[in-house]
Amino acid sequence: MAYTKRVDGRKIDELRSMDAKVGVIPNADGSAYFKMGNTIAYAAVYGPRELFPKFLQDPKKGVIRCHYSMMPFSGSGERIRPGGNRRSQEISMVMNNALEPVIDLSAFPNAVVDIFVDLPQTDAGTRCAAISAVAMALAHAGIPMKDMISSVAMGEVDGTVVADLNYDEESYPAIVSDIPIAMTHNTKEITLLQMDGEISKPQLMKALEMAKLATEKVYALQKKALLEKFAKE
Amino acid sequence: MIVNKDTISELAAQNKRLDGRSLTEYRKPITVELNISWTAEGSAKVQIGNTIVMTGVKLGIEKTYNDTPNEGGIMVNAELLPLSNPDYEPGPPSIKAIELARVIDRGIREAKAIDLKKLCITPGEKAWFVIVDIITINDDGNLFDAAGLAALAALKSAFYPTVNKETGAIDYKHKTKEKLPLIKEPLPVTIYKVNNKLLVDPTLEEEGAYDARLTVATDDNGTISALQKGGTEPLTAEEISQIIDLAQVKARFLRSELDKFLK
Repeated sequence: MAYTKRVDGRKIDELRSMDAKVGVIPNADGSAYFKMGNTIAYAAVYGPRELFPKFLQDPKKGVIRCHYSMMPFSGSGERIRPGGNRRSQEISMVMNNALEPVIDLSAFPNAVVDIFVDLPQTDAGTRCAAISAVAMALAHAGIPMKDMISSVAMGEVDGTVVADLNYDEESYPAIVSDIPIAMTHNTKEITLLQMDGEISKPQLMKALEMAKLATEKVYALQKKALLEKFAKE
Repeated sequence: MIVNKDTISELAAQNKRLDGRSLTEYRKPITVELNISWTAEGSAKVQIGNTIVMTGVKLGIEKTYNDTPNEGGIMVNAELLPLSNPDYEPGPPSIKAIELARVIDRGIREAKAIDLKKLCITPGEKAWFVIVDIITINDDGNLFDAAGLAALAALKSAFYPTVNKETGAIDYKHKTKEKLPLIKEPLPVTIYKVNNKLLVDPTLEEEGAYDARLTVATDDNGTISALQKGGTEPLTAEEISQIIDLAQVKARFLRSELDKFLK
């Protein structure tokens, strides 16, 4: 009874339909929209700007601050109370860690780059969509970056490693693991790795290998959206 | 952003604006996109110029209030996202967000736009409660009108979720074909007084230069359901009369704009 037919009919390495746009929030220094299936993320970047309170400043380099938030009506169940929770705080932190390695803010001591991501609708994979959106918004804002970051969740559903789980797969009635991954484009290094569920080491390594191709597909779309934006300007 | 209050004020005296519009002209185009969130029971995205606002309607079943055992309820909340404006910060709602939410809330509530009795499921026990969340995506001024338009559009497009007859649990993933009991359609219009002139739909820059403002919510018949004066300068009764006349004209205009997208 292996998992051979995915709940939405995709191939095992097939991502959900994606859409990406750059420059969707005129007030922001950089912004982007990223849609992965039914998960949508809006990202805005403000800065580099002066960081207050001052004790948070780093005199050697600028710092980034991620703020991840789901809109109150974006959950698949009842309304989410606004104002954040433990989950959104943790996601903000791991997003910071995922993006930090490619950002070079050495020219901006004491400054901050504020990154905001808000999601109007979700269907699993929100932190991955958020990171993919933010990476585009950072590039749009002209923040010095050493590499591009692309993110997608891998997972194992009833023994089969699959790419980009949706909510129905995450809650599939079998052993499921969900592994959000962010990867640098050139060096194929992993900057986000989390896992919940159960998985063997060989299957995990297989998922990490498959993630290279999956993030590559995200990268291609990010690049296309950025090129479209800059071709217009 | 450099706000030149004097320039805006001097221009207004000559019936002119920075972007070349007439004083009583809205930015173009006004767009309304419905069902922008599949997880909401109803939702809309409104864009007026560069101001972008999203609203989502969520329905829940709660215990009825003791003083209104035969009614459900409605609540409006607003989030001024830090994503939407460099001056907004994360944290508890600012007074600006609270005022926005309460003015939109009163416009809908006091017009009795939703037949709250029809939201009742079991008198004294349970009823539907409607929560409208207003979210700013890009604040470039005139949030009141954009949010009011988006709230009405979301309410008009909302469908009840299905309820499991045995357990009473809500199945949010499957909507019914039943719409909310919306019996009136209130819309707020905000008129700004700048250097003794009245103007509509200010940009963020123009909002920095007003002396007083009055938000007027009217229903489809022109009946007023909420008023909110803002700003530190006074208004005369004569000015208020002019403002309400103008607001009623502009509400009709916004209604006709909204209708284009509801078909």
